[in-house]
Amino acid sequence: MTKNILFGNSRRAQSNRSFWLFLFPSLSAFLLFVIVPFITGIYYSFTNWSGLNTGNESFIGFDNYRQILSDPQFGFSFLQTATYSLLSVIIINIVAFGLALLVTQNTILKNVFRAGFFLPNLIGGLVLGYIWQFLYNRALIVWFEPSLIAVGNTSILGLAIVVTWQYAGYIMMIYIAALQNVPQDLIEAATIDGANAWQRLRAITFPLVAQAFTIALFLTLVTSFKQYDTVVSLTQSGPAMQMPVWFANLYGINPITVQSTEVITYNIYETAFVRFQLGVGQAKAILFFLLIGIFGGLQVYFTQKREVEM
Amino acid sequence: MQKTTNNKQKTNWSVTLKQNNWTIEIISLILLILFFMPIIIVLINVGKADNNAIILDPLGLPQNYFRNFLNNIERILTHRQIRYFSSFGYSLLITTLSLTAIGIFSSMAAWVLVRTKTKYSKAIFFLFLSGLVIPFQVVMLPLVRLLQDITNFTGITMKETVHGIVLAYVGFGAPLSVFMFYGFIKSVPLEIEEAAIIDGCNQRQVFFRVVFPILKPIFVTMLVLNGLWIWNDYLLPVLVLGVKNPVQTLPLSVGVLAGLYTKDWPLILTQVILAAIPLLILFLFVQKHIIKGMTSGAIK
Repeated sequence: MTKNILFGNSRRAQSNRSFWLFLFPSLSAFLLFVIVPFITGIYYSFTNWSGLNTGNESFIGFDNYRQILSDPQFGFSFLQTATYSLLSVIIINIVAFGLALLVTQNTILKNVFRAGFFLPNLIGGLVLGYIWQFLYNRALIVWFEPSLIAVGNTSILGLAIVVTWQYAGYIMMIYIAALQNVPQDLIEAATIDGANAWQRLRAITFPLVAQAFTIALFLTLVTSFKQYDTVVSLTQSGPAMQMPVWFANLYGINPITVQSTEVITYNIYETAFVRFQLGVGQAKAILFFLLIGIFGGLQVYFTQKREVEM
Repeated sequence: MQKTTNNKQKTNWSVTLKQNNWTIEIISLILLILFFMPIIIVLINVGKADNNAIILDPLGLPQNYFRNFLNNIERILTHRQIRYFSSFGYSLLITTLSLTAIGIFSSMAAWVLVRTKTKYSKAIFFLFLSGLVIPFQVVMLPLVRLLQDITNFTGITMKETVHGIVLAYVGFGAPLSVFMFYGFIKSVPLEIEEAAIIDGCNQRQVFFRVVFPILKPIFVTMLVLNGLWIWNDYLLPVLVLGVKNPVQTLPLSVGVLAGLYTKDWPLILTQVILAAIPLLILFLFVQKHIIKGMTSGAIK
């Protein structure tokens, strides 16, 4: 009987056949381009795969991981990525929520405002970086000298501002959708009871849009961590800076020169395609995956807990 | 219709602020202008003859604005390595093909996954979901190697070809799209499909004639989210198509130009405008759909 499940003419066989037929195109492309590389990638991260020995690499255990953990530039990349992500998560969400509050008011140009604030989202990451490189280094320099992205200490703030300009409009949309679901009568009742605007916001709006905060924080966190295109065109991982003394002490070395906006994604690309250490690059990618998982998971855990408390 | 009136009621959630509406209107307007400053400054500077004009006065409107701007546009449109029209064509072709394929294939997959209750369907759905948390950087190195291996084994060229990158987009687009279609199809009543079966439809007809048209709202969301990503994508085209090869997308052409003329800002900014303009024009026309698509996609 079992052989008839796929090839017979019974109804069950027919529906089984179309089950796999309908799944085939998506599933095969997904398996081939995402799942297979993901699994082989785990293996490659334990090999000495380099640009010269592709196909002849050999298993070297945890050597790549050991090398990464003792590499100050990678540690610094992680530090900068985490700091930059924290900065941009905070700035993006404050700006986005503020804008969402503004454009859900009863204004005549409401729809124009929404479309306008959303507009930078249409600009791709690479193009975005060139626009802002020009703004920082050529235009805004009339007022702000030196430019934010010319100094190692402020370059990640410069990057966070750029990403905010692009991404706040999208996150604003999430908050708009949530704010529109806040029941009108609750607000009215509170107003009659004498609550002022801030009290209404704190006691009614915030708890009711708490779920949107969880989603928006998660999206901004992951997007910030994965930022690559904009860094390529905005700073090319520069400018170089002296690493802080406390950071050098962690590695037991004297402070050395590091690239201030070499975020993890940029570091992975450099390792693999400029230095041709593909095995090391892949091990960094696996660590990157784990880091996103840990940070994203922690964030969702804590904001959801807060959701309940509110 | 019902929905719009509903929204209207909910939107003015702060009745008491009504008398302040003009203040809010003006604050919003000022913020919007501030938000547009980067674009305005870029638009001022595309009309400058050379970099010296920018260094002298970066924020002033130049003389002969339109002549310089047209001159810069002409330099880009006729440039042999930038190949604006061919890049635009390839971007359009790749985005259209990918969106069509992702739309049809993902909705097909999502539908059978919702409507079939077996241990396979659950497991496969979770497999698709796992793709949502895998960042591209984790698979990119093995992927480049895999594409080469496919070519070596089957003789089908995957790198530097349109079908290669479209297939990759179908794979990478599947998790989010299947997830969105899955959520939507779950809310479609089964009775409609049962009625179609009683009327004599086979499974294929049920999907393409009955279910597919119902999916329109979520299809728009899917098109917007994937369309923005694919049209603007840079890293995957760099890896699959490569730089300065015959098949070149618009973001790749921007990268080529910026590499060739590192300090010629009027030219770079003109190319930036030319690269962004197709999507901006599209946005003006289908703005409502895009915003609606984005919002409903966002809450999912």
